[in-house]
Amino acid sequence: MLTPSDERELAEAVAGAAGPLAVLGGGTRRVGHPVDGDDLTVAGLSGVTFYEPGALTLVARAGTPLAQVEAMLASEGQMLAFEPMDHRKLLGTSGEPTIGGTVAANASGPRRVRAGACRDFLLGVRFVDGCGRIIKNGGRVMKNVTGYDLVRLMAGSRGTLGVLSEVCLKVLPRPESTGVLLLVGLDVEVAVRAMSAALNSPYEVSGAAHVPVGLDGDPVTMIRLEGFEASVAYRVERLKDHLAEFGPAGIERRTEGPESAKAGWAWIRDVEAHGGTGEDVWRFSIPPRDAPALVESLGDASVVLDWGGGLVWAAVEQGRDARRSLSSGHATIMRADDETRNRLGVFQPEAEPLASFAEGLRRKFDPEGILNPGLMG
Amino acid sequence: MDMPAPSIDVLNRKSRIVERLRNALSAEHVKSDPVETRAYECDALTAYACQPLCVVLPGSTGEVGEVLRICSEERVPVVPRGSGTSLAGGALPTSDCVVLGVSRMSRILEVDYENRCIRVEAGRTNLSVTGAVEEDGFFYAPDPSSQLACAIAGNIAMNAGGAHCLKYGVTTNNLLGLTMVTMDGSVVEIGGAHMDASGYDWLGLVCGSEGQLGVVTEATLRILPRPEGARPMLIGFASPEVAGACVSDIIRAGVLPVAIEYMDRKVIEVVESFSQAGYPDCEALLIVEVEGSPAEIDDQLGVIGNIARGHDPVELREAGDADEAARIWLGRKSAFGAMGKLNDYICLDGTIPVSELPRVLQRIGALSRQYGLDVGNVFHAGDGNMHPLILFNANSSGELETCEALGAEILKLCVEAGGCLTGEHGVGIEKRDLMHVQFDPVDLEAQMNVKDVLDPAWLLNPAKVFPLSETATRRAAA
Repeated sequence: MLTPSDERELAEAVAGAAGPLAVLGGGTRRVGHPVDGDDLTVAGLSGVTFYEPGALTLVARAGTPLAQVEAMLASEGQMLAFEPMDHRKLLGTSGEPTIGGTVAANASGPRRVRAGACRDFLLGVRFVDGCGRIIKNGGRVMKNVTGYDLVRLMAGSRGTLGVLSEVCLKVLPRPESTGVLLLVGLDVEVAVRAMSAALNSPYEVSGAAHVPVGLDGDPVTMIRLEGFEASVAYRVERLKDHLAEFGPAGIERRTEGPESAKAGWAWIRDVEAHGGTGEDVWRFSIPPRDAPALVESLGDASVVLDWGGGLVWAAVEQGRDARRSLSSGHATIMRADDETRNRLGVFQPEAEPLASFAEGLRRKFDPEGILNPGLMG
Repeated sequence: MDMPAPSIDVLNRKSRIVERLRNALSAEHVKSDPVETRAYECDALTAYACQPLCVVLPGSTGEVGEVLRICSEERVPVVPRGSGTSLAGGALPTSDCVVLGVSRMSRILEVDYENRCIRVEAGRTNLSVTGAVEEDGFFYAPDPSSQLACAIAGNIAMNAGGAHCLKYGVTTNNLLGLTMVTMDGSVVEIGGAHMDASGYDWLGLVCGSEGQLGVVTEATLRILPRPEGARPMLIGFASPEVAGACVSDIIRAGVLPVAIEYMDRKVIEVVESFSQAGYPDCEALLIVEVEGSPAEIDDQLGVIGNIARGHDPVELREAGDADEAARIWLGRKSAFGAMGKLNDYICLDGTIPVSELPRVLQRIGALSRQYGLDVGNVFHAGDGNMHPLILFNANSSGELETCEALGAEILKLCVEAGGCLTGEHGVGIEKRDLMHVQFDPVDLEAQMNVKDVLDPAWLLNPAKVFPLSETATRRAAA
């Protein structure tokens, strides 16, 4: 295990690597094809190096624990608006999620529908490419079109083009109040229509999820509103009227965010429903309208819908090719044994010429093929 | 401004190249008569102009593919063009290039409310995207000042922003999918109505690549439900520093206005005599706009008003009705036109951390005196995207050069302050030779590596973005 403690050591470790490296933050999100190489962790590159609440910006070394970043932001009444998912329960991993791993996986939670994804909040990166060169892109300002955007290229590239050493993120004020509308008993098709009606309203919905089998066995559709207390109080009532055709809605609201509702959103975000089961877990990113057809095609799979139907988490029997149910968008295997992952491919196969371009980028950024080789296919 | 010498070989083959293009498209959409191509010799950076070899106006993705395949075979550079509103020279032709305009491709292909997106051809103008969905209560968020004229193709090429980015983000945050043709004529489909990418973030990479990786012909854009209402507040201050501090306090307080616009005394005076917006006599003013229901707006403006009062405002004016709101915006919206009446100007686009506003404004004032040219500041303060307007007289010998030298100093200052050369206009030719100020050679090399992969012969939008010295070897090898 290589454990550099600063950017220079990281660059030296990569430049001096004898063979392939498995690049890790906290090692809690091991999604992708297994990498046969020495572990290289950036956990030693830790610490928030810059935080300016009045400019909504934070810079942290890649190995900084996510919890540390979130606690620091909370102390100033701010947050990571993309609501990063914690993969540990779903994947059965242990360890400390890092900000670098979050960015490398472009991990975004329920608020993605309103606020955007992790990549939308990433303002700048520093990384070490496969030759050990230290490269920067972006910066720490909100608007920046100076040169090509390698910032977004690094988000979600899972350590295959470079090893992140530092990230700069835009942060947002933490909402003062949260309100949740609960609709009970809707089938998936009606639930997606209800979520769409909510998301298409002017009331600034910041979460729309559906669970066909809720905690007490019935289908539950959850719609979240956030903001100043008076504003949430107003919008919750208006939205309830707006959704009247979908049946009576329960309302949960509290200034601090009701515990049950809060827990509910973390439960959705971290896909706890599929944690600890023996099944394979697939992640589908699709046009929201296609969710009912996908769920039907998946048959008896257990599903959780987020992003108004645009994100479907399915638990299916081991070894099954759930990608066959997909009509548009893409499917990723989040949890399965090596044999299944190798046979079906973890990520959606890319069409030409994108597949060649991806290979071309890897050859440019990592000519020796040592950074997580094969992880993305 | 240096441009590479045109390829004599290409110039000599002009008639053959034009003929091949005419065989591929209908003849009327290939223009080679200098009288007809004159309209394409420059974009909105009018200080630089160059007649292209010819201009092609394809009508479909297939035709774009044909044009690029032919140009690739003939090794002719191609300059893609949306509506030609670039302030950075992003669509400036070279004399040996084919200008590929996408203006004929402007159809709405699909309006999809269930998935909250719209699919359009890339020549469609920005404002007419909103026009297609506003009756149903939706809008497309990025709103560059040129939105009446500018094309989505150019918005994607430059990753265009606008006044409302503070809340809604820039183009890259509102782009879900696109169809692009690479230089060899291959058609690439990226993304769609779903919300994130599989594999690498190609959308993010293409957006802002200034037309150097491919020609975008179609785009899937995110549309949003229009808020119930919006209302601005005008706040005048006795000094730029105080106005800057107020911006930071507003953001810190947890209110997220859709826009915070800043104007300094110079601009206030000019727009006042031009549009009689009724602005107060003060050193700096902010226009802060919030959205929501009437009650929510009252609430947010209440918070903002309280913060502003802590900074001893010279004036604090809340719009009571739509008329008053329009009057508050009137001056801001006419600012660029008003400054243009006064003199020629170049508009800079550096972005800085919001906290640096007071210091940077002070330094710009000092530089303005040093160079002897007036500078007006009018910009998106909420996200630190400055737009210093340097006034000069184009007919006075040497003033353009002095103006450019002052501009370069101001942009260096922005980088020094922790910011960047360009926030929403793009590098183009204008800031190409300043890229060294912000990036080390190794950083530029990493970016150029991307172009090597998608446009190995370096034919697309040549001599832009990167300093010529950095690209010399690659251009020679191609």
